[in-house]
Amino acid sequence: MREKEFRMAAAARGALLYMKGVRGVALGDRVVVRDQSGRRRSGQVIRTSNEVVLVQVFEGTEGLDLDQTWAGFLEKPFELSLSPEILGRVFSGTGAPRDDRPPIISTLKRNVNGAPVNPAARTYPKEFIQTGISTIDGLNSLVRGQKLPIFSGSGLPHNRLAAQIVRQAKLLSQEADFSVVFAAMGVSYTDARFFEEEFESSGVLRNVVMFINLADDPPMERLLLPRAALTAAEYLAYELDQHVLVVLTDMTNYAEALREVATAKGDVPARKGYPGYLYSDLAELYERAGRIHERHGSITMMPVLSMPSDDITHPIPDLTGYITEGQIVLSRELQSQGIYPPVNVPPSLSRLMKDGIGADFTREDHPRVAAQLYAAYARSLEARNLASIIGAEELSERDRRYLEFAEGFEKRFVGQGEDEDRSIIETLEIAWELLSGLPPEALNRVTEEDLQKYHQWGRARDPEETATAGDAGVNGD
Amino acid sequence: MGEIIDINGPIVTVRLERVRNGDQVKIGRIGLVGEVIGLDGDRAVVQVYESTEGARPGEAAESLGHPLSVELGPGLMGNIFDGVQRPLPELLKISGDQIGRGIEVPSLNRETSWRFEADSSLSMGDRLTGGAVIGTVQETEIIKHHILVPPDISGEIVEHGASGEYTVDDVIARVKSDDGHIHDLRLFHRWPVRTPRPYEGRNHAAVPLITGQRVLDTFFPILKGGKGAVPGPFGAGKTMVQQQIARWANADIVIYVGCGERGNELVDILESFPELTDPHTGRSLMERTLLVANTSNMPVVAREASIYVGVTIAEYYRDQGYDVVMVADSTSRWAEALREVSGRLGQMPVEEGYPAYLASRLSAFYERAGRVETLRGNLGSVTLIGAVSPPGGDFSEPVTSHTKEIVPTFWALSKELADARHYPAVDWLDSFSGYVDTAAHWWSREVDPTWAARRAQALAVLSQADDLSRIVNLVGPEALSPTQRWVLEGAALIKEGVLQQSAIDEVDSYASPRKQFLLLDIALCIYDEGHKLIELGVPVEQISRLPSMARFRRLKSVYTSEQADDIDAFNRQVKKDIDELRVEYGAPREAEA
Repeated sequence: MREKEFRMAAAARGALLYMKGVRGVALGDRVVVRDQSGRRRSGQVIRTSNEVVLVQVFEGTEGLDLDQTWAGFLEKPFELSLSPEILGRVFSGTGAPRDDRPPIISTLKRNVNGAPVNPAARTYPKEFIQTGISTIDGLNSLVRGQKLPIFSGSGLPHNRLAAQIVRQAKLLSQEADFSVVFAAMGVSYTDARFFEEEFESSGVLRNVVMFINLADDPPMERLLLPRAALTAAEYLAYELDQHVLVVLTDMTNYAEALREVATAKGDVPARKGYPGYLYSDLAELYERAGRIHERHGSITMMPVLSMPSDDITHPIPDLTGYITEGQIVLSRELQSQGIYPPVNVPPSLSRLMKDGIGADFTREDHPRVAAQLYAAYARSLEARNLASIIGAEELSERDRRYLEFAEGFEKRFVGQGEDEDRSIIETLEIAWELLSGLPPEALNRVTEEDLQKYHQWGRARDPEETATAGDAGVNGD
Repeated sequence: MGEIIDINGPIVTVRLERVRNGDQVKIGRIGLVGEVIGLDGDRAVVQVYESTEGARPGEAAESLGHPLSVELGPGLMGNIFDGVQRPLPELLKISGDQIGRGIEVPSLNRETSWRFEADSSLSMGDRLTGGAVIGTVQETEIIKHHILVPPDISGEIVEHGASGEYTVDDVIARVKSDDGHIHDLRLFHRWPVRTPRPYEGRNHAAVPLITGQRVLDTFFPILKGGKGAVPGPFGAGKTMVQQQIARWANADIVIYVGCGERGNELVDILESFPELTDPHTGRSLMERTLLVANTSNMPVVAREASIYVGVTIAEYYRDQGYDVVMVADSTSRWAEALREVSGRLGQMPVEEGYPAYLASRLSAFYERAGRVETLRGNLGSVTLIGAVSPPGGDFSEPVTSHTKEIVPTFWALSKELADARHYPAVDWLDSFSGYVDTAAHWWSREVDPTWAARRAQALAVLSQADDLSRIVNLVGPEALSPTQRWVLEGAALIKEGVLQQSAIDEVDSYASPRKQFLLLDIALCIYDEGHKLIELGVPVEQISRLPSMARFRRLKSVYTSEQADDIDAFNRQVKKDIDELRVEYGAPREAEA
């Protein structure tokens, strides 16, 4: 290790420090920047030539006196020390302890950037994870090794939903070693505290590794944080054989930090000032989820991102949606009706669902029921739209049934308690109860056999029953 | 030998003399490979196919003396390559689960021996020209690999190997060209990926590519040798459409290029294709499939190269006389790779950061599709189908809009349809096909003479219904006459009974042309007869409640393509139902019923 320090800072702009006259520096190497007061900051080489070396300083260059700034090039990339001791610990984005406990000492160190997984080494994710949430299990099933983000907005209960999933997620077949890697980028202290308490009260804290960068921590560190967190996750999954659930929140803060650096570097912007490589950069993170041949563990990823102004076409959710295997979209409208979790069903999707459900995994009618619910709800929304124009009384009988279906669907299927852990069978039963309010000839996504077995057309239904007990918000109409 | 001067992500500037633009260069201690994309005096700008982390200024750089080329020979089928044609299973053996850097592996296995059947009509002294066949190798059960003389070599046979077992590296013949140079011919040869392979002449494409997907084949057909694009926002089912084409298309060879997309999607193909049988040959799909995989987390420059690698291999099989389909998922990621490189070079961006040469590169790529008369004198085709991923689903963005100007077949996917789980979510208003007239000849000859008329009628009903539903949304259904309401019902029947097709429904995942036509024909028969009933005063609701209406909607997943006769029989049942209703309202029975 070359512990030589250089004092040749030529310029500092934003988070970038330009060093002159340092020869032969490797791209990606770790840098320690020491200022006049002796404070150390960490950085990384992002462009290098014999004339100028460009260093990205994670804590920013504020307060640096160029004449009294020393940069030490550590001749190695950013690495994370790994050992089973990381479980139960809290780290910063650079991997330094945040919990007043000593740093991890280990000979095992991994480059946080990882390396791309060979597609030929992957195994297709198929194992159904029951989250106990109907809109996810029934309509957008999560499987082990999937990356399924939550698209949310400010003020929506994405944190509560993520915490509920962490609490309830289980496999139907067997219990195995599991752990949670929690990566928080630019979140508020309250949000970070909320998760910590959640993990504590559900007794999983010993199985959680937390990487935390709060809203007032250096933003550049957010670029390193998910990489460190995923390096930890890969270690837990592929070396300790654990099934790891990675929660990344909030990806919007990550992308904003990326934009900040890109702009400072003078990169050509693509959309809304984000660099053209935002897609590739996000993919480097998201694609680290998955399953690998002959490895027992897996990495399931749940990134949380808030859509700026609830706009799903904004580059961050848009590019995320192109990489992840589906998305769970939250709706402000359902939220204002007091429905929890306010999952907006039509735009939500799970791409890996088709191979993880059905006879061998959940129940044979599951795929068709899901398709039928989607179709019926889409039709119901049309009816509701029509009712808002011509009034519900003018609707045909069929449309009135659809209107009722929408109501029941939102309150009973989508809505559930924060502690309500529904089995997939319960979820499917609610689905059939709701579908039984529609005539069989309107249901063409299910088979004749399904109808005979589960559909109860004509069974008298008491509208009062449609309100779910135990969910305070639902009765407030 | 040269040296590295500057490293800026995947763009590395080297000092290197006598290197040509486009040449491959190996740099640094790790031995990363890239290609020259710009020259300035003794400096060359290199785009590197792998991550440059850890490379330093001052490290060595050397020219490999040739542009990016692919190895063409037996062993391609059923394989999976990365964006620069390194076989991924081999990389797995060498570097484990994650792809290491600076690994050199030959694209075609040098140990495997192949049974070569020499062309017995050839003898010493015969003159061979580029593209001629010197023998064959049975590559898989269904693919006979014709060993071609490289297109740029011709001459007199001076040595001629007998049939037997050879590895790809063994010399099987020698030809002496006019300048006296003796060329060794092996089972494989190399070809630079950015140079289209030559052919004798273009041939007008005349046969539709049958994909088994009703909305594609019946409504917006593509021809063998045609160009098509599938644009759509995320979640609209682009990949599903592409995979369905790769699965069921009646092509001889399918090349699937996963360009900057999800790793798990390729795994899905890798795991499911060997299990699936090709409806046209009855053999495993993997025997005719080749994958080029550069997933989104793999280096961006190799992504740019990957579609050229794919299309060059496609042209090679075309030159043997095969019909090849190449699907590229997604051309937007390729364009983004172009943008990333141009951005790092500081080139002036024009639209959304894309370089000015985006449109010309795109059209040059699609121009490599076509049905041609090959150098060996038979016909072959390359059909190119590219997915487009417009940011925010905005079709006016540069990649989508340029692609739209290039391709004759445009399958526009709609978010609204996908949200209602109407799959394939191909929008009938925004999609188009310039091949309908040519396809009509084939359908009329092979399936039914009324195909073109039926297709046009169905599209008219759909578009009429779209107009009417706008009225309904403004003033409610009461404003419509019974005839108009029947148009809405008819359109719903076409959508649910014909257009919607589930990829995961084993019965309906593939529909033969006959099944496609019969379903469309029944939908329109019901529609036409319904109009007559309405004239007799039968209420729309009563027709809609006919049991055969609901049964028709499920018909597609009841009978397979082989059971097309049962579908035809159902048609008679429908006519009977309708006829009874007609009699009920006082009209005479129709004689044919």
